[in-house]
Amino acid sequence: MTLEPSAIALSIGAGAAAGLVGCFAVMRRMTLAADAISHIALPGIGVAILLRVHPILGGVAALLIGTLVVWGIENRTRLATETIIGVVFSTALAIGSLITSGEDLLEALFGGVGHLTLVEASLGLVVAVGVIVFVVRQRHRLVLALVSPEIAHTSGIDVPRLNLYFLLVFALTIALGLRYLGVLLVGSLVIIPAATAKRLARSLRGMLIISVAVSIASTTVGTLLSIALHRTPGSMIVLVAASFFLVSLVRRAGA
Amino acid sequence: MGSSADALRPALEVENLSVRFGQVAVLEHLSFTVPHGSALAIIGPNGAGKSVLAKALIGTLPFEGDIRWEENTKIGYVPQKLDIERDLPITGADFLDAKAAVARASQADVANLLELVGLKPEAAAKPIGALSGGQFQRLLVAAALVGRPTVLLLDEPTAGVDEPGQDSLNHTIERLRDERGLTILFISHDLSVVYQYATNVLCLSHGHVCFGAPRTVLTPQLLQELYGAPIGYHLHHDART
Repeated sequence: MTLEPSAIALSIGAGAAAGLVGCFAVMRRMTLAADAISHIALPGIGVAILLRVHPILGGVAALLIGTLVVWGIENRTRLATETIIGVVFSTALAIGSLITSGEDLLEALFGGVGHLTLVEASLGLVVAVGVIVFVVRQRHRLVLALVSPEIAHTSGIDVPRLNLYFLLVFALTIALGLRYLGVLLVGSLVIIPAATAKRLARSLRGMLIISVAVSIASTTVGTLLSIALHRTPGSMIVLVAASFFLVSLVRRAGA
Repeated sequence: MGSSADALRPALEVENLSVRFGQVAVLEHLSFTVPHGSALAIIGPNGAGKSVLAKALIGTLPFEGDIRWEENTKIGYVPQKLDIERDLPITGADFLDAKAAVARASQADVANLLELVGLKPEAAAKPIGALSGGQFQRLLVAAALVGRPTVLLLDEPTAGVDEPGQDSLNHTIERLRDERGLTILFISHDLSVVYQYATNVLCLSHGHVCFGAPRTVLTPQLLQELYGAPIGYHLHHDART
């Protein structure tokens, strides 16, 4: 297997998007949610395979619908987001594993190494750029809503709508990594680089920069290692990201 | 500068306000008016619904009845408690920049406000979780002032601030009221502050409501009824505990 330029561009774009979204996900204490939310993609992938549609499209559709369901329940009940996500997404995983079988299930869970078409790479890049633009432009609103939803509200921010946009962007970021990392590992691409950055940074700017750098390093080095070692890219990307996190633990402990 | 015509205009009219959580009524049929440029103190024992009233006034809690703010009201809000992780890598400056960007205020405004509330730039450069209770309150007051609000709504603004600091923050808020014609609503446990700064006082205590000038309304008998004990026993709490 060789590495095409479009694949390199996509792994950089997806890495940057995941690094940025991850910062706010980690600061909003969505660490568990990130893992669970990705599971909703599975029934979508299963249905897409049954209907002979591109699996990622099914995954994206399921992620977006799942996000709307979570947001809707969150706004109408006083249940904690973690509780809602826990229930909705484990149910999705159960349904998904019933309708997906054999090798397809394994690839959906852990990601695959299949050939990336130019259309897939271009679409992926468009989504990645969209996610990056959203986080960069909305970062001030996201910071206010994070520190105090009431202060954000009195500053004229529609907090429930901002939360919905963030969840949708989050779901799109998960979708970006779905192909390589699979349903079970994709959450870690969003969370680990941001968690590493949170340990090392002393300001928002610092956290965003470190997180993006760790994320891009993980996706590119992980992909290269997977080719060199003939392993699936998902596992290698997560292992590289986890090593950065380990280094951050040692560094902060020694600091 | 507040003129006499301004003073006659209500900045806020509340009529028949009720807030319920399920079957429990926290506030019931509350009515009061806040004249433009005045300072209203909201007092009452813990659990009387002071912070609930503040949240209803800013529109983040569902309520029954009418809350009418003067046209073009811009509220600067200082919340009582914030649930913030200590290791959050957001500095005071990041927070103020965010507020300034959303309110379209300039960096010069932010620098002036830091000086006004007595927060040093070195302190503002620290992560907000690493600030002392007093520094954090000053930061919140500065943030509330970004974007030139017409109303300040402060939920125990000096909680956790040392005594000289409390005096200077209270003086600053009063000076702003005079200079900018701001209308102030503040929740306080400190009756000496209420006497000194409030034009009117609204007391809340499970079904018992009073409203009027502090010296007329706050009789020893009423305070005994409100708090169930002689006055002067309330301690300040750190805003982030």
